[in-house]
Amino acid sequence: MRTLSEHILDIAQNSTRAGAKMIEIIVEESKKKDLCSLTISDNGCGMDEETLKQATNPFFTSRTTRKVGLGLPLLKQKAEDAGGSFSLKSEPGKGTKLRAEFQLSNIDRPPMGDIWDTLYLLFLSYRDIQLVYRHVTANGEFSISTSELNEALGDVSWQEKEIRNGIIELIKANLGEIGAAK
Amino acid sequence: MTKIKSLADLRKMKEEVQSKIKLRENSDNSGQLVQIKVGMATCGIASGAKDTMKFFIEELEQEAIDAVVTQTGCMGFCYAEPTVEVILPNKEPVIFGHVGKEKVHEIVDAYIKRGELVDGIIPVNFKTIDD
Repeated sequence: MRTLSEHILDIAQNSTRAGAKMIEIIVEESKKKDLCSLTISDNGCGMDEETLKQATNPFFTSRTTRKVGLGLPLLKQKAEDAGGSFSLKSEPGKGTKLRAEFQLSNIDRPPMGDIWDTLYLLFLSYRDIQLVYRHVTANGEFSISTSELNEALGDVSWQEKEIRNGIIELIKANLGEIGAAK
Repeated sequence: MTKIKSLADLRKMKEEVQSKIKLRENSDNSGQLVQIKVGMATCGIASGAKDTMKFFIEELEQEAIDAVVTQTGCMGFCYAEPTVEVILPNKEPVIFGHVGKEKVHEIVDAYIKRGELVDGIIPVNFKTIDD
């Protein structure tokens, strides 16, 4: 887990496993505040208080296939290492909201990584879930969602080379435009 | 080709290539297609499952094989990540472990194209003759 993109991919899996129909991923950068934040909210099954307390414990998981659950604890550690913070809110039946903050200039802030590939794979795999990605910088903002892609691309297979390259290029070009951090 | 910078560009590009490409596979006929499920939980991602999934999409495209590539959770074989479940039409699913770029090529070339088993299978759903 070297990049923020990989963490986003990982946390989004949690949401899909919680049966979410909507996942919203927001990355906000502010040079002024020297802050980079990641917010992921979903409308999945949520967690009760007891589970929520345990969620960042690496030796707790809701899975039965293994005994550890490292996704959330690793992200929490990364945020705290990079002069930031981590918070998790959840309500059973309503959904979950995660927020991780990093000091933008901190040397331990994980690089963004290839977020375009990550988003493409998420869009491709979960076409029935409304996934929204929004990236905000001082120069502007870019957002893309499953419904927008569905509307533009209709019924074609997103696995096709042209479509794949098109989606990736769209994300890459727009993030470049707003000067998103690497 | 022109640069794609907006959804409108994307739509235009789609209309240009529409006649050449396939429609979305609906779930009704997915039983007739090769299905690839890449384990994409924390353990998988940390071991490079994201690249594995990309390699599969590219390799299958190159070989012109109709297949659906998707993600799944942790299958419980964290020691052998990235793990991949391959389902050929009308066959039992087979799970492969340690699937890097080389292995992707081997699985597509030998197992998917020719039906030959390759090393690295995790035996989970095997049946003995007594079953």
